[in-house]
Amino acid sequence: MSALDLWSMAFVFLLATFVGLQVIQNVSRLLHTPLMSLTNAISAIAVVGSILIAGEEHTMMSTILGSVAVAASVTNIVSGFLITDRMLKMFRDRRPKA
Amino acid sequence: MMRTHFIQASYLAAATLFILSLRWMSDPKTARRGVAAGVGGMALAIAGTLLHPEIISFTWIVVAAVIGTIIGVPLSRVPLTAVPQRTALSHAFGGMAAGLVGTAKYFLWLQEGQLTAFRTGAIALEVILGYLTLTGSLMAAGKLQEIVPTRPITYRGQNVVNLSLLAVAAAAAIYLTYAPQTWQLMILIIVLALAFGVLLIVPIGGADMPTVISLLNAYAGLSAVAMGFVLENKVLIVAGALDGSSGLILSIIMCRAMNRSFTNVLFGAFGQVQTASGAGEARVAKSGTPRDAADLLGNAGSVVIVPGYGMAVAQAQHRVREIYDQLTRRGVDVKFAIHPVAGRMPGHMNVLLAEAEVPYDALIEMDDINHDLPQTDVVLVIGANDVVNPAARSDPKSPIYGMPIIDADKARFVIANKRTMSPGFAGIDNDLYYADNTLMVFGDAKSVLGDIVKGLSAEAAVH
Repeated sequence: MSALDLWSMAFVFLLATFVGLQVIQNVSRLLHTPLMSLTNAISAIAVVGSILIAGEEHTMMSTILGSVAVAASVTNIVSGFLITDRMLKMFRDRRPKA
Repeated sequence: MMRTHFIQASYLAAATLFILSLRWMSDPKTARRGVAAGVGGMALAIAGTLLHPEIISFTWIVVAAVIGTIIGVPLSRVPLTAVPQRTALSHAFGGMAAGLVGTAKYFLWLQEGQLTAFRTGAIALEVILGYLTLTGSLMAAGKLQEIVPTRPITYRGQNVVNLSLLAVAAAAAIYLTYAPQTWQLMILIIVLALAFGVLLIVPIGGADMPTVISLLNAYAGLSAVAMGFVLENKVLIVAGALDGSSGLILSIIMCRAMNRSFTNVLFGAFGQVQTASGAGEARVAKSGTPRDAADLLGNAGSVVIVPGYGMAVAQAQHRVREIYDQLTRRGVDVKFAIHPVAGRMPGHMNVLLAEAEVPYDALIEMDDINHDLPQTDVVLVIGANDVVNPAARSDPKSPIYGMPIIDADKARFVIANKRTMSPGFAGIDNDLYYADNTLMVFGDAKSVLGDIVKGLSAEAAVH
C-alpha cells in the first residue's frame, strides 16, 4: 500500500465522520432507538471483510475465525434491519377522530 | 480490471445508500424508506464482495450466513422492553466480528511476511476496540437482562487499574508496530482488551445504561472503521464512521440529560452517585384513590403525562393509551413529556408508547414541554421519579443537582402513581410527592391506571 492510499483513507474517514455528525443531528429524537438498531445493521458491513477471510480459505484458523465473523455480522444485519422496520411501523400519526 | 471497477462501484453505491438511509430517519414519515435504503446498500455491498476473485469457496460463507439468519430472526422479535439488551448484544457481535477479522488478518500476514508497521498498528487498534466492545457489551446486556448484578461494583483504585490495563495494551500495540513478528504481544493485547471491556462496565449502575449503550455503539462503529483501514476498504470506513458518529452524538445527548461530563463517561468512572442522602424527617404525602385521580383528570382542560420506566416494568402502556383516548375524546388536551433518559436506552420510551398506539405527535421532548407546564392543569406522573425531582433545580447538595428535569411541579395539580413511598433508582427523596398540590395514588401502575380508566368512563356515562 502506498502512503497515498493511507491518506486517502484518512480523508474518507474524516469526511464520512462529518457527514455522519451532520445527518445524525437531524434525526428525530423520537426515533433514537430505531436509529441505533439501524446504524447497528449498517455497521455490520463488517460482513464484507469477514466474507473475504472466510472465502479465501488460506488456513484453517482464518477460515474458522472468518466464518464466525460472517455469522455474527449476518445476525446483526438480519435482526438489525428487521427490528428497525418493526419499530418504525408502530410510529403513527394522530388518528383521524372517529 | 473490469471486475475491480464493478466491485468498487457497488461499494460507492452502498455508501451513498447508507447516508441516505440515515437522512431519511429525520422524520417518522420517511423513516421506513431509510430501512429500505439500508437493506439495498447492504445487498449491493455483499454482492460486490462476492465477486472478489480471491474467494475460492462459498461453502463456509453460506453456512455462516444461514446460522446468522437463524439467530437474527428471533432476535428481531424480542419484546420492546428487551430492545436495549438486544442492542447491547448486537454491539457485542459487531465488536466480535471486528476482533476476529483483525486476529485472522494478523496471523495470515504474519505467515506470509506481509506485516507492515501501518497494518500492524491498524490491526492492534481494531482488535482492542473490537474485543473490548465484545465483553463490555456482553456485560451491559447481562446487566440489562439482570443476569449480572445490576448494582455498580466499585473498589479503591478502580480507575488506576482500568487505565493501566489500557496503557499496557497501548504500549504493546506501539511496540508491535516496530516488531510486528512478536505475536505473543498480539495475544496479550487481545487478553487485555477482553478484560478491559468487563472492568469498564463493572462499576456502572442501571441508571447509566442509556449512556453506556451509546458509548459502546460508538466503539463498535470505530472498530469497523479500524477494520476498513486494515483491509483498505472504504465502504467499511464510511459505514463505521456513520455508526461511530451516531454513537458519539447519542452519548453526548445522554450525558447532557444526566448532567455528566463526557470525560467522566469516557473513563467509566460513573454510577457512583449511589450515596443515598438517606433518612429525611418523616413527612406526610397526600394520598388519594384512583377515583379521585379520575375526577381531577376529567375536569382538566390540559393534561401532561410523564411516563417513566416503572410504567414499562408494570406493562401499563396500554392503560396509559386508554386514559389518553378517554381524555382526548372529551376534548382534553393530552400530551406526553419525554425525558431523554426515560427508559433504558436513547428514545426507548417513544418506542414503548408507539407500540401502545399513542400517536407520535403527542410525544413531546422535555425542552419543548417545559414551556407549557406552568399553564398545564394536571400532570400525571407514572413510574418516573428522578426526572421530575425539583431538587435537581434547587438543592445543590442533591446528587442529581443540575440534571435537567421535567418541571412537573409547576403545573396546577400533580398526580403521581408509585408502588410505595420508597425512593427511586438513585435513592433520592422527592419533594414533589409532599407538595400541597400533589396527590399520590399508590399501587401497581397497571391496576391503578385501569381503575382510573374505569372512573373516567363511569363519569362519561353520567354526563
